Amino acid sequence: MKIQIKVWRQSNAKSEGKFSTYPLDGVSEDMSFFEMLDSLNDNLVMGGKDPIAFDHDCREGICGTCGIFINGRAHGPIRGVTTCQLHMRSFQNGETIVVEPWRAKAFPIIRDLIVDRQSFDRVMESGGYISINAGNAQDANVIPIAKENSDLAMDAAACIGCGACAATCKNSSAMLFVSAKVSQFALLPQGQPERSNRVKNMVDQMDEEGFGNCTNTGACEVECPKEISLVNIARMNREFLKASIM
Amino acid sequence: MFPDSKIPSGPLAEKWTKHQFDLKLVNPSNRRKYDIIVVGTGLGGAAAAASFAEMGYNVKAFSFHESPRRAHSIAAQGGINAAKNYPNDGDSVFRLFYDTIKGGDYRSREANVYRLAEVSNAIIDQCVAQGIPFAREYGGLLDNRSFGGAQVSRTFYARGQTGQQLLLGAYSSLVRQMHKGKVQFFPRHEMLEPVLIDGEAKGIITRNLVTGEISSHSANAVVLATGGYGNVFFLSTNAMASNGTAAWRAYKKGAYFANPSFTQIHPTCIPVASEHQSKLTLMSESLRNDGRVWVPKKVGDDRHPNDIPEDDRDYYLERLYPSFGNLVPRDVASRRAKEMCDEGRGVGPTKLAVYLDFEDAINRMGKDQVTAKYGNLFDMYQQITGEDPYKVPMRIYPAVHYTMGGIWVDYNLMTTVPGLYVLGEANFSDHGANRLGASALMQGLADGYFVIPYTIGDYLSKKLGEEVSTDHDAFKEATSNVNERLNKLISINGNRTVDRIHKELGLIMWDHVGMARDKGGLETAIEKIPTLREEFWSNVKISGKLDELNPELEKAGRLADFLELGELMARDGLNREESCGGHFRTEYQTEDNEALRDDENFTYVAAWEHKGDTSSPELHKEELEFENVELTTRSYK
Repeated sequence: MKIQIKVWRQSNAKSEGKFSTYPLDGVSEDMSFFEMLDSLNDNLVMGGKDPIAFDHDCREGICGTCGIFINGRAHGPIRGVTTCQLHMRSFQNGETIVVEPWRAKAFPIIRDLIVDRQSFDRVMESGGYISINAGNAQDANVIPIAKENSDLAMDAAACIGCGACAATCKNSSAMLFVSAKVSQFALLPQGQPERSNRVKNMVDQMDEEGFGNCTNTGACEVECPKEISLVNIARMNREFLKASIM
Repeated sequence: MFPDSKIPSGPLAEKWTKHQFDLKLVNPSNRRKYDIIVVGTGLGGAAAAASFAEMGYNVKAFSFHESPRRAHSIAAQGGINAAKNYPNDGDSVFRLFYDTIKGGDYRSREANVYRLAEVSNAIIDQCVAQGIPFAREYGGLLDNRSFGGAQVSRTFYARGQTGQQLLLGAYSSLVRQMHKGKVQFFPRHEMLEPVLIDGEAKGIITRNLVTGEISSHSANAVVLATGGYGNVFFLSTNAMASNGTAAWRAYKKGAYFANPSFTQIHPTCIPVASEHQSKLTLMSESLRNDGRVWVPKKVGDDRHPNDIPEDDRDYYLERLYPSFGNLVPRDVASRRAKEMCDEGRGVGPTKLAVYLDFEDAINRMGKDQVTAKYGNLFDMYQQITGEDPYKVPMRIYPAVHYTMGGIWVDYNLMTTVPGLYVLGEANFSDHGANRLGASALMQGLADGYFVIPYTIGDYLSKKLGEEVSTDHDAFKEATSNVNERLNKLISINGNRTVDRIHKELGLIMWDHVGMARDKGGLETAIEKIPTLREEFWSNVKISGKLDELNPELEKAGRLADFLELGELMARDGLNREESCGGHFRTEYQTEDNEALRDDENFTYVAAWEHKGDTSSPELHKEELEFENVELTTRSYK
């Protein structure tokens, strides 16, 4: 395959960015999208140019490090996969592929396709935990948990924190991300003691980071590589309301 | 004289309890007077950093990732072992200990492994209390499954994402302490040197990966939890950034490196598809619970797998090992797969693969049940290969997955450098020559939550009132070494990219220090690696500058260390004239092609000491003593 990559280049947070286009020949359809970028970068380095900086690590769809817009879609055209799991067989010979970083006020660009997602960590710091010191726990089977609730908690806990939801949302809302953690703990008995404070603190921090509000368009759910359900947002709204009036 | 491994005296089952009592304590009101540096925030590092902070110590935690949640522990799929015996099938602390020692082919310490088994249950309790949604039965209690090398069901799991859930649990404990101000987290900071003052570890030098800034950080003790070095092979199941630099820098400052050649080759990975391949993807070992491994009986049988009738298939693991069947340990399954391919019975376009077939499982349990158990793995397989494993058997082949070798530590997890501790995959301690499935998560969390919080106090208690400052000359010297090295790298401006040289190193390692090794091959590696190292230092091409985000520079620094570590791995493999676990020397095998140990001469930990860049490393032997298990030939028949 022969393709063109039209990619966002920006040397640091302060400089202005622009699109640059690079042709690439000899792309095989078995290559992953990132192996294609590796190959392009190898050419760039050999030609004395700066390679395209992009975040990636596990390359098996679980660490949440990668995340870019490909032809306007977060993590590319296929539903339920991360960028690193995308393969070139999903693209056409001769195609121009447009590649951009996440776009959200709370995710400032560091370089090229790399953004700073520490806002997510700060939201977690504000309440995304159960307060248990090592050594305090009772036997794991003392509290039975209905399989249904445990499974729903696991559905929510599958979030990889990549940021596709907030980057995709027209309001840059982080509601899907935050609600996944709130839901996980609200569904489990271990999460009950801190239930009210958790949701209030996490929502406050989310607002402080500059994430927008949710207007229920559902774009986040569509683009989430782990297919986290919008139901979690509904659950968080209920949790928040309950915590606020009680 | 070998350094004291500090293994407590007394009966095996009482050693840890006795030792905990014998260790010196730091009074709770004094703990806030100590600073501890933790490098790496995966399972071991995050658990340790959070636990230290919970106890009252001040922690500075460092990661080259943007967030602790990105560490490669997250990719562990299948599960975590514990001796709970919830299924009532005969498990016990002793059995978990025994299986782990045997699985490691009797090349690990009894006392360490017993302690690991002993604290395993507390890990499950801790994780459930953190809100980790482990799989449950309809009655609401925890579910278990089986893993290789065991005949009991002792593996706890959270779908195919157990590592993710455990890491996010440790991360939640860590962010809670960050919020309280007890942990200061340094994202995108890579440790490039440990700093020693009067021979003791008192700090580190880091590079800020965004700005390139080099900075000094001091503490009363330094803990490394920086993972394994499987990426020395270029292609492995490790994440792209996983590296051996922190461990290697510690080695060069005097920490011994133990059993470097002990590498785990995981049997169930997606085969290499093209020369552009950047990494290999693991398919969880849990698949071997229900999948059946086979190759055609005849050499050169090119029929579509679904057209090959039952009689023409060789379910070789079930044939060779009737009692463990498809659930033999990883080293055995990997070696047998290689053997089948060497015989010409490999499958797929490259003929370097065997089938993992779920047809029987689907017929027995129904497709829905298979989806519930393994759905995400099947999806991942299909995404990567373009084939539907519900209809066509998976193709799998072994790939480098884990390194049992690592920095030598004593029973307290302290290295030969006082004040320097190493946890998790980065140390050598618990898995001997082969790690059993679902034991890496167990060890990372055991070290972080339940071992180091106790043992570090013994060292710190002697340092009450110690002031450590980055003004000390040792920091200046280490900083100038780091700067000199970085300047040297960036100024080479040769003709080959970092990846190209790394791929060449990977091929040398895979061909000569991989699944099957022999004297000639290991000697070839020892000859070729220094030549490639010279090539690297004279001809590598790194674009960009020092004072900016520069991924090529990061990779180059890590490769420079792999180019030294690879040679030590080959030397260690050459020295060990026996086969054990993942270390298979073709000269030493039984008539049935099983690993042939030499207990008389090699029942020791090979710990290597750095003697300068121009001299050979010195080998020290820590003899292993077995008082509670009998050394037998492992049999999974």
